[in-house]
Amino acid sequence: MRKYSVFAIAREAMRAHKGWDAQWISPEPRSAYDVIIIGAGGHGLGAAYYLAKQHGITNVAVIERGWLGGGNTGRNTTIIRSNYLYDESMDIYEHSLKLWEGLSQELNYNVMYSPRGVMMLSHNTHDQQSFKRHIHANRLYGIDNEWLTPEQAKAFCPPLDIAKTARYPINGAALQRRGGTARHDAVAWGYARAASDRGVHIIQNCEVTGIRRGPNGEVQGVETSKGFIGARKIGVSAAGHSSVVMEMAGVRVPLASNPLQALVSEPLKPIFPCVVMSNTVHAYISQSDKGELVIGAGTDQYNSYSQTGGLQIITHTLDAICELFPIFRRVKMMRQWGGITDNTPDRSPIQGVTPVPGLFVNCGWGTGGFKATPGSANLFAHLIATGAPHRLAAGLNLDRFRTGRLIDEAAAAAVAH
Amino acid sequence: MLLIHCPYCEEDRSELEFRWAGEAHIARPDAISEISDEEFAEYFFLRNNEKGLTYERWRHMHGCGRFFNAARDTVSDRFLMTYKAGLPKQPIPVAEERAAAAEEKTVETWEATEGDAR
Ligand SMILES: Cc1cc2nc3c(=O)[nH]c(=O)nc-3n(C[C@H](O)[C@H](O)[C@H](O)COP(=O)(O)OP(=O)(O)OC[C@H]3O[C@@H](n4cnc5c(N)ncnc54)[C@H](O)[C@@H]3O)c2cc1C
Ligand SMILES: [Zn+2]
Repeated sequence: MRKYSVFAIAREAMRAHKGWDAQWISPEPRSAYDVIIIGAGGHGLGAAYYLAKQHGITNVAVIERGWLGGGNTGRNTTIIRSNYLYDESMDIYEHSLKLWEGLSQELNYNVMYSPRGVMMLSHNTHDQQSFKRHIHANRLYGIDNEWLTPEQAKAFCPPLDIAKTARYPINGAALQRRGGTARHDAVAWGYARAASDRGVHIIQNCEVTGIRRGPNGEVQGVETSKGFIGARKIGVSAAGHSSVVMEMAGVRVPLASNPLQALVSEPLKPIFPCVVMSNTVHAYISQSDKGELVIGAGTDQYNSYSQTGGLQIITHTLDAICELFPIFRRVKMMRQWGGITDNTPDRSPIQGVTPVPGLFVNCGWGTGGFKATPGSANLFAHLIATGAPHRLAAGLNLDRFRTGRLIDEAAAAAVAH
Repeated sequence: MLLIHCPYCEEDRSELEFRWAGEAHIARPDAISEISDEEFAEYFFLRNNEKGLTYERWRHMHGCGRFFNAARDTVSDRFLMTYKAGLPKQPIPVAEERAAAAEEKTVETWEATEGDAR
């Protein structure tokens, strides 16, 4: 792999950009691999990269039904933060945030991580108490998170309407300055390029249709639309389809697949300096480097794999955006789409071993797993390589729904991630 | 937005009037204090999350207020039928099944545009 650098750009500029390499190879599958990862989203590709880089396991295939990064990785609103309530959550999201900080250098790929600050609006006494509880928990744990008055919030984000007469008045905000955004596609492409360079096979347009198991129940490989491919270790990282894939091995996971929508506006000049989230009125907004306002809505109430969602969900969000930021009332929306998110009962992810020998699972990231991509991938690789969870992910095990040791961010974080 | 037929009101009404209420036909175990942790997890947390035909409960919250059951295709979101609470799982009428199969081929989803993923 040729490194990307200013010299490479200069060199290519002199020869009409004819010398750029393909970023990854697209090989035909071998008959068997040491490890197969199902799902080429950021989590799966990243896990393959760390398997190769940190654990020396390079005979790895990532098998993808569609195109790499075409799932939720390529559909999300890219909010990154680590100010969750429980230790288990703070451990993994903060591990991830630290990896984001050096990811472009690590991958030699500009993932455009931009710590522009994530501000969560408080609209009532309940919000205020809950956010302050988060702030104190975070600071005791060494994670930055601070309380802002409405005036301070307005100074940080000038388009915000803090009038007492506003439809959704605000009484303060929680701000994580190290939070921000990154370029979603670049994360998938950067990991794919770096993994491919280390010998990982990324096999696209290949759907896993079955998981073959041996006499002792252990995994032997996967049936796919390109035939059987063997492996003694399989990692499932299939987001909204995780329960469908796990069912192929006879394992039930407590997931509900729900559509979640986002939309972008026409491009505007730089006007919006940070990320603003309001859990209470269901609206998240930031501005991309292209200038589009990137707006996230809520999930539909029912299970679905349709990758669309109800129009009333996004109109509700746009109502809220227009009330919070009256300046955007005449902005036109350009595109809208949905992704299928995999939600657990406690709204915390599942990463760990399964009752099936050789089968590992990473799922349940639901509406908030983009921020976790580097951290989750890194710890998933550790799990697959060593067969046991890393200390930072130990609490995320599947068994917690039997033992009752939930990580109840559902109650703590309400809806938003 | 979905258009949902309430079997009590016998009317098609907009989704805004309804609340989804999870998988249908799950019975609370009789001797709940005696079941094992596995059985409790199964009853309390594990749901089918089917891709395709699913049986689920809805509540006509801003209407008659009653719970009822529905059979829906989770790929096309098409309702195949709704029926009153208390009735056992109903078989899908053949005509509905055919219509759903035909619709599934034309619905604009990633599955549809990316080939037959099912
Ligand atoms: C609209 C929207 C907004 C969001 N906003 C945010 C946000 O602001 N911040 C945040 O942190 N998170 C956000 N999320 C959540 C985030 O996108 C996901 O948690 C995260 O991207 C999941 O990454 P992944 O790699 O696990 O999944 P994906 O990128 O979905 O990858 C899974 C892959 O598995 C493949 N697959 C499935 N079944 C099979 C099969 N049988 N065989 C082969 N391959 C298969 C799929 O095709 C897919 O490519 C949002 C999600 C959505 C939909
Ligand atoms: Zn009714």
